[in-house]
Amino acid sequence: MTEWSILWDAREIFFNGLIATLGLFSLSIICAFVLGCVLVYQLEDDSVLSKALRLLINLMRTLPFLILAYLLYYGLPQLGLRMSAWTAGLLALIVYHAAYFAEILRGCRLIMPEGYVEAAKAHGFTPLRLYLRIVLPQLVIKTRPLLGNQLIIALKDTAFLTIITLQELTAAANSVQSTYFIPTQAFVVVIVLYWLISICLELALKRAARFGAKRGFDYV
Amino acid sequence: MSEYTSPANVPAVSIKRMSKSFGDIEVLRDIDLVVNKGEVVSVLGSSGSGKSTMLRCINWLEEPDRGTIHIAGQRIGINEQAGRKMNNKELATLRAKTGMVFQGFNLWPHLSVIQNVMEAPIYVKGMPKEQARVIAIELLEKVGLADKHDAFPFTLSGGQKQRVAIARALAMSPEVILFDEPTSALDPERVGEVLTVMKNLSKEGYTMIVVTHEMEFARAVSDQVVFLEKGLIIEKAPPAKFFSNPETERVRKFLEISA
Repeated sequence: MTEWSILWDAREIFFNGLIATLGLFSLSIICAFVLGCVLVYQLEDDSVLSKALRLLINLMRTLPFLILAYLLYYGLPQLGLRMSAWTAGLLALIVYHAAYFAEILRGCRLIMPEGYVEAAKAHGFTPLRLYLRIVLPQLVIKTRPLLGNQLIIALKDTAFLTIITLQELTAAANSVQSTYFIPTQAFVVVIVLYWLISICLELALKRAARFGAKRGFDYV
Repeated sequence: MSEYTSPANVPAVSIKRMSKSFGDIEVLRDIDLVVNKGEVVSVLGSSGSGKSTMLRCINWLEEPDRGTIHIAGQRIGINEQAGRKMNNKELATLRAKTGMVFQGFNLWPHLSVIQNVMEAPIYVKGMPKEQARVIAIELLEKVGLADKHDAFPFTLSGGQKQRVAIARALAMSPEVILFDEPTSALDPERVGEVLTVMKNLSKEGYTMIVVTHEMEFARAVSDQVVFLEKGLIIEKAPPAKFFSNPETERVRKFLEISA
């Protein structure tokens, strides 16, 4: 019983860690999603740029996330580019998950019937408007379950950033367990917290499914 | 964008010596066609004769290899002043003057019926939403779908979808509407409702180019009937002459089989 009261006393550490994790997660996935959408737009043309981006996306996807975080935080200073743990961690999350978001949307774009695009072209849509108004909304509606899955992966990837000294939720648990030697209880607390965030995400995604269901894309 | 309307004597569409190949296959050869304002031109021919490709070249969904196409006096695809191909923006400006109705409807599934009709006026022409809504309501009434504003495309029958697609094309007040086999994907009972709408449009003076297999429609509504065979226009005549006294053996046979 005393272990749990120690944890209660250390609640501020957990709370600060939770806030850091939530901030890190929401900021990074918003930026990653926007960047992913921009990447897919750039892939619409068959240009040198789009080929280079495809390569970059594939490189990202084959790189373990932890190594990317290491590279940005410990590797770049060797080249004279020093970032705070927060900047490096955010950047790693954004770039890494943008590649995955792009790949999810790209896969869906490949199988989207060309008729919708042709109809928009025939009505005078310019490429950017066409992408934003006609293509992207359909991609997002159709890939909702995959995007949701990616969000949960991104949430869990924030835990890696404890290794580059970022004081997020996992770092909080680690600091409590090493101070008071109660690893099991400390980690159980953060597992529950990660789990609760994931459940909230799942619920939000379930609600979002109604939007697609109303339009005949999805079933609820 | 200004509401540019061309002088009455300029044809809505004018095609000169247009050719197009897909690889080694020549699908269109030296197509010449003038469609005046208010005219309805039906394009007939067997599958693979190049009808759809011809239509798709008019708004540059397919790029012809040779020849010129003018929409209301303006050359499409090539910026003649600059001596280069049109960029996407220039192409879009000209495409906005043509409407198109597809065999497979191609309504945007994430948008409601009225949003489908309002979308291009708002995001292509920059029309205020309220004004676009007024126009959309009027057009949906015209095609007999006043009660379907907020329905989503997947809940509609084929005939209803195609009528929404027609309203969507009309919303841009195009110089010409291109119909690419608009009734071919419909079951026989639904064909009539779409053809009725199209007949009414012709009476209202819309310029239309219709690729179709509907002989009755072509006979009753067209000002000109064009017959394509292996990428060539082998016959071009008013419907009365085309259907009663065709010049070529090929058209005679085609009409016999279709009758």
